[in-house]
Amino acid sequence: MNGVPAHQPLQGFYTLFHKEWLRFWRVSVQTILAPVLTALLFLVVFAYSLRGRVEIFPGVDYAAFLVPGLAMMSVLQNAFANSSSSLMQSKMTGNIVFVLLPPLSHQEFFGAYLLAAIARGMVVGAGVFIATVWFVELRFEHPLWAVVFALAGSGVMGALGIIAGIHSDKVDELAAFQNFIILPLTFLSGVFYSIHSLPPLWQAASHLNPIFYMVDGFRYGFFGASDVSPWISLAIVAASFSALSFFTLWLLRSGYKLRH
Amino acid sequence: MTPAIQVERVSKNYGGMRALDAVSLTIGQGEFFGLLGPNGAGKTTLINILAGLVLASSGSARVLGHDVVKDYRSARRALGVVPQELVFDPFFTVREALVFQSGYFGLRDNRDWIEEVMHHLDLTERSAINMRALSGGMKRRVLVAQALVHKPPVIVLDEPTAGVDVELRQALWQFIRSLNREGHTIVLTTHYLEEAEALCGRIAMLKQGRIVALDTTQNLLNLHSGCYLELRLQPDRVPESLAALVTLRREGGYRLALRDYTEVERVIAELRSAGVGIQELEVMQPDLEEIFVQIMSKH
Repeated sequence: MNGVPAHQPLQGFYTLFHKEWLRFWRVSVQTILAPVLTALLFLVVFAYSLRGRVEIFPGVDYAAFLVPGLAMMSVLQNAFANSSSSLMQSKMTGNIVFVLLPPLSHQEFFGAYLLAAIARGMVVGAGVFIATVWFVELRFEHPLWAVVFALAGSGVMGALGIIAGIHSDKVDELAAFQNFIILPLTFLSGVFYSIHSLPPLWQAASHLNPIFYMVDGFRYGFFGASDVSPWISLAIVAASFSALSFFTLWLLRSGYKLRH
Repeated sequence: MTPAIQVERVSKNYGGMRALDAVSLTIGQGEFFGLLGPNGAGKTTLINILAGLVLASSGSARVLGHDVVKDYRSARRALGVVPQELVFDPFFTVREALVFQSGYFGLRDNRDWIEEVMHHLDLTERSAINMRALSGGMKRRVLVAQALVHKPPVIVLDEPTAGVDVELRQALWQFIRSLNREGHTIVLTTHYLEEAEALCGRIAMLKQGRIVALDTTQNLLNLHSGCYLELRLQPDRVPESLAALVTLRREGGYRLALRDYTEVERVIAELRSAGVGIQELEVMQPDLEEIFVQIMSKH
């Protein structure tokens, strides 16, 4: 009989990430194309209906203002959807056992699902840009800021998706998470407007929404202008990412809802 | 020598229900061990504790000396588990499922062994087929292959032949036996007791979370020193003097439990004097099923 090769460090992490990458790539019509089309529809409806009526940053067309927001919204929603739906489906079909039986550490488990979520978020974000860049004139004042906020934001949402996927026992529970928490927070994060156009109460409320800082910081990368300093936004997004990562790692280590 | 599996006073409670009650068990390296019991006896819970899928409420479990919680990486590397439920990942082909499983165990370029496992389980021709398109029996084969993909020294098969055709059953046991001859420890749970009798050197029987019998298969079979007589009679009745010996009344026949072979002669004489003719007669050794029923009814 043949033998097996020696164990390679991090091979488990790499394999799980590769599997998760293929999982969304193979159904790319649903996981990539559909959100790109949704963003395009938002652009068409909002940009054309509000053209000439709204100017948020001086000299920036509303459609151009909207594109980074739509791209970031797609990045965030898809990062969340990737990790949460993958874990939820695996739990429901029982094939989660294939990743629970091997000697994967909870850090490898977390890292692989998180990286796959970030990857899908970035691919969808890139898709939104490719689809919308023909309709608007975009500036790229600080592209590195945009990349940093896209990575950090999708990391936050990927970690949140892991928590939601582990916690939810039914599709209903995950849908509630998505519809009552993620969707309102992204829609009320300044994707379609600047929070300075809101009444004082809602402006204050927006500052409690971590997704606002992701969108605002991301937009700074394009226009060099933002509602809040990008450094403050980065600090808040980084703190959110750290807190959620520690919490997710603690959940995975405890075996919550995975190892009974 | 370090035991393949060592379980010490392991208990598991689910709310108010005690699934395992201070179970202790040692399985030596190279054994072919049977874990038997009725549904809900705690077999799968015990296996899941060994596999790290379930955390014990108390007690400890080791695989090749590695604690399944404290040293889980070494313990899981040493263990291959065929789960009872027919689960699969619908996104991938048979070969991809095996390559991924191998990768999760830290193995890269494991193609030779994967090809060999697929060959023994007759999966080679189906290696490019999506898991969704396979029959139940084929999916079961892939589950077995996934458990063996890292060539673990300890292999646990939780009802691996449930719903599987005779051909695969034979091929599977031939392959598992050859792994056992190579030194792999095999732990088997099954409801097919003839399989356990033919394959296992030692057997533990569980009932309501406790081990109620643990011995070599031969010693368990020897627990019943007598034999059985299967009879078809004409007329179809047993005389009063033999009624106490009847253990089973089947359509067209009776099963009588005898203390030893010398009683056969007395039974025949009693039937003759009662005017009952013998149409068929078979003397049988008690099998594991008989012993299992006896032990379960006692506890």
